[in-house]
Amino acid sequence: MIFLHADTPAWMLFPIVLPLIAGLLCFLFSRRTFVIALAAVLANFLVVCLLIYQLLVFGSMRCHMGGWQPPLGISLRTDGPALLMLLMTAVTGLAITLYARGYFSYRIFDPPRAGRHQRQQRFFWPLWMLLLAGLNGLFLSNDIFNIYVTLELIGISAASLAALSGKPASQLASFRYLLISLLGSLTYLLGIVFLYRSCGVLDLDLLQNLSNNGPGVRAALALMSVGLLLKTALFPLHFWLPPAHANALAPVSAILSALVVKGSFYLLFRFWFEIFPSTITTPALNFMGTLGAAAILWGAIQAMRQHRLKLMVAYSTVSQLGYLFIAFPLARVDGSAQLWSIVIFMALAHSCAKSAMFMVAGTVFLHLGHDRIKDLSGVRATLPITVFAYGIAGVSLMGLPPSGAFIAKWMLLSSSLASSQWWWALVVMSGSLLAMIYVFRVMSRFFVIPEGVSFIRPAPFSPLLEWPALALALISLFLGLVAPWPLHILSQGSTALAQSFPGGLP
Amino acid sequence: MTWGQWLLVSILLSSFLPGIIIFALPEEKHHLRTILNLCGSTLKIALILIMDTWIYLGHSFEIRMVIIPGVELLLNGDPLSALFATLSSVLWLLTTVYAVGYLEESPNRSHFFGYFSLCVTVTIGIALAGNLVTFLLFYEMLTLTTYPLVIHRGTEKSLRAGRNYLIYAFSGGAVFLFAVVWLQAVVGPTDFSGAGFSPSFVDTHSTVLVLIFILLIIGVGVKAALVPLHGWLPQAMVAPAPVSALLHAVAVVKAGAFGIIRIVLDVYGAQNLLLLGVLPLLAGVATITILYGSVRALQQDGLKRRLAFSTISQVSYIALGMSLVDQPLALIGGLVHLVHQGLMKITLFFCAGNLAETLGIHRISEMSGVARRMPLTMAAFSIGAFGMIGIPPTVGFVSKWYLGLGGLAAGNWWVVLVLAVSSLLNACYFLPILTKAWFGKQQGPWPEELYVGRFETRLMLLVPPLVTAFIVMAAGVVANAQISPLAWVRFIVREYGL
Repeated sequence: MIFLHADTPAWMLFPIVLPLIAGLLCFLFSRRTFVIALAAVLANFLVVCLLIYQLLVFGSMRCHMGGWQPPLGISLRTDGPALLMLLMTAVTGLAITLYARGYFSYRIFDPPRAGRHQRQQRFFWPLWMLLLAGLNGLFLSNDIFNIYVTLELIGISAASLAALSGKPASQLASFRYLLISLLGSLTYLLGIVFLYRSCGVLDLDLLQNLSNNGPGVRAALALMSVGLLLKTALFPLHFWLPPAHANALAPVSAILSALVVKGSFYLLFRFWFEIFPSTITTPALNFMGTLGAAAILWGAIQAMRQHRLKLMVAYSTVSQLGYLFIAFPLARVDGSAQLWSIVIFMALAHSCAKSAMFMVAGTVFLHLGHDRIKDLSGVRATLPITVFAYGIAGVSLMGLPPSGAFIAKWMLLSSSLASSQWWWALVVMSGSLLAMIYVFRVMSRFFVIPEGVSFIRPAPFSPLLEWPALALALISLFLGLVAPWPLHILSQGSTALAQSFPGGLP
Repeated sequence: MTWGQWLLVSILLSSFLPGIIIFALPEEKHHLRTILNLCGSTLKIALILIMDTWIYLGHSFEIRMVIIPGVELLLNGDPLSALFATLSSVLWLLTTVYAVGYLEESPNRSHFFGYFSLCVTVTIGIALAGNLVTFLLFYEMLTLTTYPLVIHRGTEKSLRAGRNYLIYAFSGGAVFLFAVVWLQAVVGPTDFSGAGFSPSFVDTHSTVLVLIFILLIIGVGVKAALVPLHGWLPQAMVAPAPVSALLHAVAVVKAGAFGIIRIVLDVYGAQNLLLLGVLPLLAGVATITILYGSVRALQQDGLKRRLAFSTISQVSYIALGMSLVDQPLALIGGLVHLVHQGLMKITLFFCAGNLAETLGIHRISEMSGVARRMPLTMAAFSIGAFGMIGIPPTVGFVSKWYLGLGGLAAGNWWVVLVLAVSSLLNACYFLPILTKAWFGKQQGPWPEELYVGRFETRLMLLVPPLVTAFIVMAAGVVANAQISPLAWVRFIVREYGL
């Protein structure tokens, strides 16, 4: 039994296989869906912890499927960034699973529509498991075609999840989402064709070692990047995101905003700074930085103008994604090790904070029956924990200390000042201030308690609707204080990272 | 962890834990809540007094936590932090007693007292912060914890005030963050070491350092309400009286002034500032603020608004003292005014709150003859007002005396002129109130008589202003004694070797 040993690389199959099996089981046993899914996400969490332990003890690992070495076989690998993304998925996924349970239970409690909600729940669990498998696969894959497969898996399950709510608006939005996702995948596939034509290999390690810089590779990278940018919803390709995220069911919005967009961003980042660093030029980096800056400002301004809570949160995602890209032009000074810390911190903090915020929005929606911002008064009286979670998640989005986003912003600021590119620092600061405005526009409504509002909680309110959001919000807030741990994990097994930009870009 | 580190942690926890428990308490358990509050604040004072003693005996303690290179959390007990921490904790106890009396029967008390405790925790954090990053952390948190208090009433007006407060405070915070990062990029770690960075940077980076100094002062100047960054303060007067007291005397404005002190004494250091030649700039801003605040105060009819503009003016005495940092006497005057202004202003706000809560008086024009109805309150108010004007033997006189002496020692006659004009203006806007209250005739019924009982008002509202008024007198009379704010400030100045 090779699995009995803690040091075998085969453990890294589990985060992919477990949710797949769980998804299948959810489909077969539709009465026990929650138990199956919970078992899967818990097991997934434990395996990820084990993988991190492996990484810290044995360093970065490869698992060749079926014993075939690349270029023939396909392989999985673990390293610092991949495992942090896995951990992010596992933790957020666990909280979302618990929340989804509370969410569906509450909705099924509503007798006239119980049938519809039961149907939604029946489809939700298998699709969510499928999506989880896809995400874990994406982070672990070390093969560029295998990644395409996971991208498709993610795209299709995410679009189906987005369509679950069944309202016409969400149908339209999710259909558009599906088309965009397919377009992105196809562009990516086209890129692979170019790449295979010029390099002849698909394994990421081999591609990195080839460091081919021909026109074929450049075209391939351009195509793949466009595909991934579409999926990441970087401004101006973000148009599909707000309607799709805002019209989905709350647990689905949390999944889409917290995890799915991070997957494609992670790939993009890995390709740019690890696999093909020699292909990247300074104008390209500046271009991405400019798009990121535009995303930060545009998304925040749009978020300020929204009348519905969920749309505001969705636009805030557009804005926050910009921070991931604004780090790109700073690669010239610090090399990619610092860059990885910035984007990983940003991604971790945003993932926790944003899923907490969508959960809050969902809970408020369930409670009030609407999410119009101007009519949100009095929520604090009945849902104090939810409002508290919102506040903390908001602090994290604003990047105030000690949140994880603060650490990321600190590094962004110090990099941009050290390299005399102070304009990026200005964008980061104004982004935070705009975030303050949209966060507190809602917060001030929550805080007002009109006369005659009772403090009695609605009867069937499950703690599962409130506590997962608070837990995630607290994680994102205190991520800054435990910053040395993620940084330690990140520095493990990333020798390749350190080498890729020894003295900055040429 | 050593005993000193435990002491620092327990000083913070002594208000943090009660705050968290109070949030979880049901609304109606107000006895338990009051007991928790009072125990917490008494314990905090005791712990801080222990810390003061140890600091006086020459011990020092710190807790350091490295997050990433360049970002360290550092809590540090030094004489200056002891000054601010002692002031805040003593005034917090009094404000808590006052707030319990003030908010009797009003809704949302658990919420209010929860944030109240968090707010003081954060203020003590500012006092104990040992470097700019830690200072920034608590400085931003102070905005977050005071915001719910400012909008506590939930009216449209208070929401608007809250929004303005947030915009001002967070913009200041953003500028401050920017400046801190920049300063670290130029001179390295910014621990509050007492001497500032090495003078060699002044030769190489003088322009940048001047720019950073301006940005830092803008960052803390928003909370210290330096003109033209003061706009939020008069609006924030819509908050309940204990909150105004907290904003003006204990926490927010004080945090800004304390930040100025830290930047001048610890981050830059007197020597570097003289070399850079930026002190006249600070002096100019302080002078403008002192005069502008006084002139605007003259025009106000709302009692709390007049007090708010008076705060703007008075807090800048601290900045004025800092701008004469090379003169030990002026420095003493500025530092000791941190304490004195807090004592005087909190007395005035308590009294204003009493008038509003007991008789519904919000405007000065409604105050004729009020001293006959509420003699003790108005006596306390008068002492506070005399302090503001600077009449001996109140503490206000001590601050001005030292500031003036320092100015003369430096040959800056304009300092004395500013002090004289400002005292005159203070007299112009306080004395009419006093004559009206003591010698005026009551004109018709009080706007809204809310309390009739054995004393002139509820006992919990009456005692705190009397205590602070007593301290205002006593600390002035015994200023030269072994134990007084002035003695402690002299000790600080000795420690800095100035």
